[in-house]
Amino acid sequence: MCGIAGLIHKGKSSNVGGEMTAMLQALKHRGPDSTGYAVYGAPVEGDYVMRLKVAEADDMARGRGAHKLIEGRVAAVDEILAEHGAEVKSKESATEYALRYVISHAGDTAKLAAHIEETGGVEILSLGNGLELIKDLGDAADVAGLYGLNEFQGTHGIGHTRMATESDVDIRSAHPYWAFPYNDVSVVHNGQITNYWNMRRQMERGGHRFMSDCDSELLAVYTAHNLANGVELEDSLRRSIEEIDGVFTYLVATKDQLGMAKDTMAAKPLVLYESDDMIAMASEEVAIRAILPQEIDTTDPYDEEVRVWRA
Amino acid sequence: MAGVSDAELKTMTQEERVTALGMRTEQLTGRSMFIEFDEAAEERFTYPWAPEVDFNKRTEIDTGEMTTTEVNRKIRALMAEGYGTIVLKDPRGKHSVGTGILSRLNLIIEGSIGYFGVGLIDGPNVRITGRVGWSCGENMMSGSVVIEKNAGSTFGAAIRGGDLVCRGSVGSRTGIDMKGGTIIVGGDTGALSGFMMQRGRMVVCGNAGKNLGDSMYDGTIFVGGEIKSLGVDAVEAEKTDLDKAWLTRKLTQYGLIDERGVDHFTKVVSGKMLWNYDNLEPTEKKMIL
Repeated sequence: MCGIAGLIHKGKSSNVGGEMTAMLQALKHRGPDSTGYAVYGAPVEGDYVMRLKVAEADDMARGRGAHKLIEGRVAAVDEILAEHGAEVKSKESATEYALRYVISHAGDTAKLAAHIEETGGVEILSLGNGLELIKDLGDAADVAGLYGLNEFQGTHGIGHTRMATESDVDIRSAHPYWAFPYNDVSVVHNGQITNYWNMRRQMERGGHRFMSDCDSELLAVYTAHNLANGVELEDSLRRSIEEIDGVFTYLVATKDQLGMAKDTMAAKPLVLYESDDMIAMASEEVAIRAILPQEIDTTDPYDEEVRVWRA
Repeated sequence: MAGVSDAELKTMTQEERVTALGMRTEQLTGRSMFIEFDEAAEERFTYPWAPEVDFNKRTEIDTGEMTTTEVNRKIRALMAEGYGTIVLKDPRGKHSVGTGILSRLNLIIEGSIGYFGVGLIDGPNVRITGRVGWSCGENMMSGSVVIEKNAGSTFGAAIRGGDLVCRGSVGSRTGIDMKGGTIIVGGDTGALSGFMMQRGRMVVCGNAGKNLGDSMYDGTIFVGGEIKSLGVDAVEAEKTDLDKAWLTRKLTQYGLIDERGVDHFTKVVSGKMLWNYDNLEPTEKKMIL
C-alpha cells in the first residue's frame, strides 16, 4: 500500500523533521516495513552533505565480521574523498552502517559519487547542498529517534512509509530515492510500475545505475535522466504520465521545489492542503491532521494532475 | 401499508405490491424504476432490534484522543441509551467513523474524517461540516449524508439507496458500481465517475472528468458543467419533464440549485442493452462479453 507525505514552507524554515515524523507516523498503517525522509536544510554553497550506508541493517547480525567489513568500507570512502580533494568537515554516524559527512568539494561531484559507490556494499543515499536523505527499517518514530530527526530545521521535505510488495524489506529498497547524481533531488512513490523492466533496461543503456530491484527507484532514475537532458522538473513530471505505465502517485523534491504527479487512473491517493505560507500533502488526511489539527480545506488532485510549488 | 401481510404481498403482482405498500414510482430512462416509500411504509424497513431513539435527546463526544473503534462503540452505546442526536467533535481525519449504523439517528460530525466514513449505513441522517476521504458512504443503504467540503475518490461506491451529497468537489470514480440511491456533487468529479453504474442517479453540478459512465449498465447521470469525455456504453439522452422536476426538487432540497435552474444539465445514460438484463441475440452477447 505505502504512504507518502510532503510539505513545503514558503519563505521560511521550520521544524520539518518533526513535522514529517508526525505525518509519517500517522501513515504507519499503510506500510510498517521501513520509513524514509528527504529533508532540506539551509543549503551551503560549496559544502555538501553526504548521507551513505555501508551495510544493510540486517548485516549487523553477522557479528564481528560485519564490524570489520564496515571499517574497511568506511576507510575506502575516506580514501576516495581524499583522492578527489574533498575536505571532510565533519563525519557522524547515527548507526554503525549509516554515516553523514559534510564535505567541501570543488570538483565533479557526480564522478566523486560514482567512485565512492565502486566500493562494494556502499550506497550514497544523498549528496547535496541542502538535502539529507535518511531511511531505515521500522516506523517513523524509530527512524526519527535513531537519526535525531525530530529537531531538523528546514524548508521542505518528503517521506515514505513502505509496505514492501515489489522487492525486499531492506534499506536499499526503501524510499526516498536520490535522483543520482543530481544535487538535492529526491523521489517518493506510492504504486506499482508495470513497465519497470523495459524502462530500466532503457535507462541502463543510457548509462544510469540502479541500486535495487524496487520499481520505485525507476522514478528517481527517470527524473535524473530527464534533468540530464535539460527537461524542467514540471515537464518531467508531465512526461512521466505518458511514458510510465502502472499506478503511481509520486513526489519529487529539489533544493527549492516540491512537485507531485498522479497517473492516468488516479488509483493512488493524495490529499492536498494549500495555504499562503505552506503546502502539505499525504496519502491520507490523517497525516495532514497530525500537523494541522485545526479545521482546514483539503482537496484530492485528479488523474494526470501535476503540480510544482516553490519554497 | 399496515394491514397487508407478507403472505398477501407474495401473491400480488409488482404493480399491486407497489400500490399496497403505498409506494410512488417513476419510470426512468432505460430499465430503472425509481421507488420512494411514503412515511407510513417506512416502519416496515427498520430493523426490529434497532434502538428506539429520541431525536431531541442530544449529546456531544470529543473524539480527538479516541480511536475509531472507541468512537463507533460510543455511538452505539449512546443510541442504546436513546440518544437520537449525536455530535462528534474534533474527528481529526479518522477512518471508518460512523460506519455500519443501521438505525435512525442524527449524526453530526464537526470536522473532517478519513477513509470509509459512514459506510454501510442504513437509516441515519449524517451531516459532516468538513471533508471526507476515499469511499465515503460506500454501500450506503438509506438515509442521507451531507458533506459541506470536498470528498476523496470512490465517493459513494456501490451505494444502494439514500442521498449522498457533497457540496464541494469529489475525486475520481464517484459512484463506481452504484446500485441505487442518489449521489449529488456540488462541484466537480474526477475520471471514471459512474463506472459500472447499475442503478440510481448521480448529479454533478460542476465538471466531470474523462470516461464518465464507462461500462455503465443502467442508471442516470446529470452533469451541469463540462464532460471531458464519455466512457464506453455511455450516451447523452434527452431530459424528460420528470427528470427536470426531480432535479429541481433534489437540488433545491440541498440548496445546490442556482439561477440557471436545471435546463443546462446534460443527461447521460447507458447506451447498451446488456445481456444479463435482456435476452439478446448471441452475436450481441459476444460483443458485450
